[in-house]
Amino acid sequence: MTAYPYGHLPLIDPEATQPIRIDDVQVDGSQIDRGGIVDGRTADATVVLEDANGSSPQGGARLEAVNVSAWFGTNKVLERVSLSMNPGTVTALIGPSGCGKSTFLRTLNRMHEMVPSAKLSGEVRLNDEDIYGPKQRVTDTRKRIGMVFQKPNPFPTMSIEENVIAGLKLIGRRDGRHGTDRDELVERSLSRAGVWNEVKDRLHEPGGALSGGQQQRLCIARALAVDPDVLLMDEPCSALDPTSTRRIEETIGELQYEVTIVIVTHNMQQAARVSQYCAFFLAEFGTPGAIVEAGSTDKMFHEPDDQRTKDYVDGRFG
Amino acid sequence: MAVSASPVDEPRTIHAGAPKVDRVFHGSVRTVAIIVLVVFGSIGLFLGKESISTFHQYGVRFLTESDWEPSLNRIGISATLLGTVLVAIVALVIAFPLALATALYISEYAPARLKPTLVSLVDMMAAVPSIIYAAWGFFLLMPRAQFVAHWLHQNLGFIPIFRVDTDPNAAPWAQARYTGSMFIAGIVVSMMVLPIACAVMRGVFAQAPIGEREAAYALGGTRWGMIRSVVLPFGRGGIIGGTMLGLGRALGETVAVAIILSTAFDFKFRVLENGGSTISKLIAERFGDATTVQLSALLAAGFVLFVMTLMVNTVAAVFISRSRSGAATEA
Repeated sequence: MTAYPYGHLPLIDPEATQPIRIDDVQVDGSQIDRGGIVDGRTADATVVLEDANGSSPQGGARLEAVNVSAWFGTNKVLERVSLSMNPGTVTALIGPSGCGKSTFLRTLNRMHEMVPSAKLSGEVRLNDEDIYGPKQRVTDTRKRIGMVFQKPNPFPTMSIEENVIAGLKLIGRRDGRHGTDRDELVERSLSRAGVWNEVKDRLHEPGGALSGGQQQRLCIARALAVDPDVLLMDEPCSALDPTSTRRIEETIGELQYEVTIVIVTHNMQQAARVSQYCAFFLAEFGTPGAIVEAGSTDKMFHEPDDQRTKDYVDGRFG
Repeated sequence: MAVSASPVDEPRTIHAGAPKVDRVFHGSVRTVAIIVLVVFGSIGLFLGKESISTFHQYGVRFLTESDWEPSLNRIGISATLLGTVLVAIVALVIAFPLALATALYISEYAPARLKPTLVSLVDMMAAVPSIIYAAWGFFLLMPRAQFVAHWLHQNLGFIPIFRVDTDPNAAPWAQARYTGSMFIAGIVVSMMVLPIACAVMRGVFAQAPIGEREAAYALGGTRWGMIRSVVLPFGRGGIIGGTMLGLGRALGETVAVAIILSTAFDFKFRVLENGGSTISKLIAERFGDATTVQLSALLAAGFVLFVMTLMVNTVAAVFISRSRSGAATEA
């Protein structure tokens, strides 16, 4: 089971910002106004990212979080997080355990609301359209924003091939989005995930029989098969050995021009290797998690503005 | 340090050196476990020993003869055995979909607040004494179920098991022909099977791993899609195991069947028709005024039932344990 740092975060005064239920999230003025009172750091971070955004010719979609706060029950775990995640770019979310980065990632494809007491405010815009908007279907959103989890989770009763096309079956689509046939799609997805050569001769064996790293790449292939615009990765290598980790990182590098990638990682070297943009999350004593600083990975690792970022990337805590 | 060199390299004996507390506890639980096994084994041995004379006297005829007429020295269990199986099948056909749907609802759809109540309600169904089910079946269900039986006969009568030896379209249709049937007994038994099957299924559904569930959702799957691709394949062993555990119960159910089913020793598949017999019903009804010879015959019938339920339950246990350990999903 994936462990998320839920529950051990401090209780805050619920009156400060009233939690709203997911289905009540409206694009009404009050929400946005309230979000306008962003503290300086976060606002700066957003600006930095937008400067760097530019127009990108690559595939993938632009994902933008605007003042996202999140609660579990009355426990506020995220405080007005704003971040742009751009096409052609790998965005890394770093920070110590319990800082809300996984929670934030899960708000980006509406997995957050799977937890019964979960609440949220703010907006997440996929190509300028709020995914929490009243007309958005949660299944459509998740089709467009795929996810790879910390622990490899191929469907154990399905073969490798069935795993790859499981997403299409789940959403009731027969072939790939571009009319490719099934075998082609299986090969293409597995190739994109960098695991085709290893599994091409045993497509009918159960997915659970692969090694951990292969399973994780199978999961990436499965997510890619439905042709998402964005791929979220929640510490995809933390359960893997160094060799598998390197393969996944290579895969990320190859995919970044086809799909917008957002990756949560505990491993700072990994963030430095795979990402071009980086957001540092921190839940300081008694407060919900928030972005301390965000900017180009290069800047974050070499000349961060905030002392806490510097301490973290230098390995002084966390 | 000098190690005494042994000419051959062989594993040495390792002494466990377990603390006294452990050894005492180990010993006592082992004793209890052995007692359970001895009691269980002695039941089988006793039944087997008592039935030897019957098998000796009647031979294969004991299994092929349908009538149970000790005064004419005609004793056999073919009709009774068939009745036992038919009642159990009717019970399962009704209980299986109900148990599956109930288990899925409780584990996947029910609001968290409602879950504990629903679970204990279903568990309570298992605690209701069978005589209560019998009364319910006899007084409340039977007068109504005969119309269902009549309807089935009228519309599906061309299927052999739905036939009844009477004209379904006669002006005053023979209502009595549709009462006291294996069909109605099966409905009542299904109510007793349901909680067992449901509890086992619910147990394995709840164990479907959160990682795979989230994977299905993250791909854009609906809840039903997730259930189909994760929960049901994962719970397959539990579905089969729970159903077979229910079957074990259905085969042995006595009181409700004895009260509802009118006694008849015909070798027939017509479940809607009045009359039939099952082994447990036979033993319960004939035990009181049986002679030594008849007693042996009844115990022989009991022995057959014992072996049958033992086999069913063993197979069920294998399925359930395989699904619990996740082995069934690795195939």
